[in-house]
Amino acid sequence: MSDVMESEASNMHNVICDRDHMAQITSTQAVTLVDKQSTSMPMLQLLNPTGELLNEQYKNAWDKKIALKLFYAMHFTRILDERMVAAQRQGRISFYLACTGEEAAIVGATAGVEMRDMIMTQYREQGALVYRGFSATQFMNQMFSNALDPNKGRQMPIHYGDKELNFMTVSSPLGTQIPQAAGFAYGQKMAGQDAITLCFFGEGAASEGDFHAGLNMAAVLECPCIFLCRNNGYAISTPANEQFKGDGIASRGVGYGVHTIRVDGNDALAMYVATKEARRFSLKNNRPVLIEAMTYRLAAHSTSDDPSGYRSRDEEIVWREKDPIMRMHRYLQQVGWLDEKDLDGYISKTRSDLLAAVKYAENQSVAPLTEIVTDVYKDIEPHLQDQLNALRAHVENYPESYPNTAHPIASDNQTGGPK
Amino acid sequence: MAQLNLLQAVNHALHTAMEADDSVMVMGEDVGHFGGVFRATSNLQKTFGKARCFNTPLVEQGIIGFANGLAAQGAKPIAEIQFADYIYPAFDQIVNETAKFRYRSGGQFTVGGLTIRTPYGGGIAGGHYHSQSPEAFFAHVPGIKVVIPRNPYQAKGLLLSSIRASDPVLFMEPKRLYRASVGEVPEMDYELPLGKADLVQNGSDITLVAWGAQVEILQEAAQKALSHGVSCEIIDLQSILPWDRETICQSVIKTGRCLINHEAPLTGGFASEIAAVVQSECFLHLEAPIARVCGLDTPYPLAHEKEYMPDALKTFEAIMQTVHF
Repeated sequence: MSDVMESEASNMHNVICDRDHMAQITSTQAVTLVDKQSTSMPMLQLLNPTGELLNEQYKNAWDKKIALKLFYAMHFTRILDERMVAAQRQGRISFYLACTGEEAAIVGATAGVEMRDMIMTQYREQGALVYRGFSATQFMNQMFSNALDPNKGRQMPIHYGDKELNFMTVSSPLGTQIPQAAGFAYGQKMAGQDAITLCFFGEGAASEGDFHAGLNMAAVLECPCIFLCRNNGYAISTPANEQFKGDGIASRGVGYGVHTIRVDGNDALAMYVATKEARRFSLKNNRPVLIEAMTYRLAAHSTSDDPSGYRSRDEEIVWREKDPIMRMHRYLQQVGWLDEKDLDGYISKTRSDLLAAVKYAENQSVAPLTEIVTDVYKDIEPHLQDQLNALRAHVENYPESYPNTAHPIASDNQTGGPK
Repeated sequence: MAQLNLLQAVNHALHTAMEADDSVMVMGEDVGHFGGVFRATSNLQKTFGKARCFNTPLVEQGIIGFANGLAAQGAKPIAEIQFADYIYPAFDQIVNETAKFRYRSGGQFTVGGLTIRTPYGGGIAGGHYHSQSPEAFFAHVPGIKVVIPRNPYQAKGLLLSSIRASDPVLFMEPKRLYRASVGEVPEMDYELPLGKADLVQNGSDITLVAWGAQVEILQEAAQKALSHGVSCEIIDLQSILPWDRETICQSVIKTGRCLINHEAPLTGGFASEIAAVVQSECFLHLEAPIARVCGLDTPYPLAHEKEYMPDALKTFEAIMQTVHF
């Protein structure tokens, strides 16, 4: 596959160079309005919904170790989602956003890049963190906004960020990470790093101006990055057919001169193979690649909405049958890599780890009051120091009204976590 | 009269406006069948059809650009930006287009029919991106009016005036009060004047000014001050631009003191503008420096939301300091 893609790539590159000047365009004497069929793109699928391998050529595309790591990370993600949706219902956290149904797209893609690659996400990609080793306690410290969250409890739940894991801190505004990914990748190239940037977003965010700016700039400035669109069918309540009329998001990549592949987002193997190849191609040629992962948001948009207001149960059932975890499970059974007992043990251990982490994280203090003014600038500027001083005096004057900062919870272990 | 919450009053106003005028159209993310993420546009699509109440692609600059074009053509678009925190991709369309359409064409073209609705403000555990109060940015732009209601009665009357105004209006809705603020709202079609402040409470010792959800913070602080013998006059600005200088200045001339409260950060907030005008117009009547009780000059935090907010206690302290200056 690599060779094929390569030769197409070099041809395509010539075409792009030629076609950026009018004189090189061939002429026609027939009036033809070109429609979207001209960019209609097939979807790479290597495992069908029953887990059957559809192309023997990919039998050794991954080994047992990677396949199982990826599969277990998908399970962790799903259990985390179930646990946290419940925690939100119980009023323990204010907000949550599940990635149920999209685990293969996210974890599969993450497995296809290297740890040294930067990942920039939208907000539904906790599976990427799971695969990279973010622990149950780290998740909970963020979601309970406590002092141990590296982002200091400043953002809503699910706005993770971890420099060590090369995972850029999440920002709620949609699509802002897309041009940033192009710039970050340009920086990686200029610094001579053997690394790329993997940038996730949804098909809704791809309507934002930042998507168009980002893809065009990445193409023109030859940035080694992968743009990964999770086309999950819905932007909150808005279905994809009210979002765009073209051939998905993939057709736009072609328009911007970005090498593009459409993948079955519920097929972990296809996602892994496509992303691995995209990374190799991107890094070698200093070119961006767009991957459109066709998937489905089985979850609500967030804990703030109820999908029964905008889609049918029947539609959800059709997609439940394409569940990416079930598909991977069947595949692993067929190739004889699955140890059911070990999986059951992993699932129950994950559940109890998460439960312990919740209990631990919700009993930690919030960050000390000073942190309200740090990081606005590198140093606390004089006007902010004045505001902090006034605030501190006020809190000391009314300690019962500001219990979180007036009386921090005493903790015997502020650096560790549950064992 | 029906008891409605602020959201229902907004929905009422939208129904009323669409019923009365075929050129009124509602657009934005998720406003169609779903009725908006807060349900402010419930049943509009069902009642008036998909052509007059429609979902847009997820692109704020597109929403306002499209609405500018639609308004220039003569229609009355009501464009929703889902959260005020997400209005910035549309900043160029609002600042350089909406606000300058009439001026730059010598009055030939206008987008006066445009109303932009957006929920704003904190106190809902929304962190940086679901809590901002960006009214001062827009008050700095000549050519667009900025209106903020504090209760259901105002929401309906001011929204109807905004929709029908000859100038584009940014209508900011305090989302903390969407369901919390409940009150009597007339069934009938009525308008409240833009550019007029609302006297909430008479008092003699100090004038307190706020808008939106912060008015109830003033009321709470005033109650506490009263138990210490201080009588507060409370004014809800309602219209941030143009603002009712006369009502505020007359009150300060009477009380001799002024305090302004807003959620947005202190520096460059709209309180600065009010303070500058008050000191200029009421200089000889002032008995103390004008106080501002505002958000900190930081992004809006989550874990420290309570500490960040210009709450009733901070307001009370500032009232007492001002009175005992």
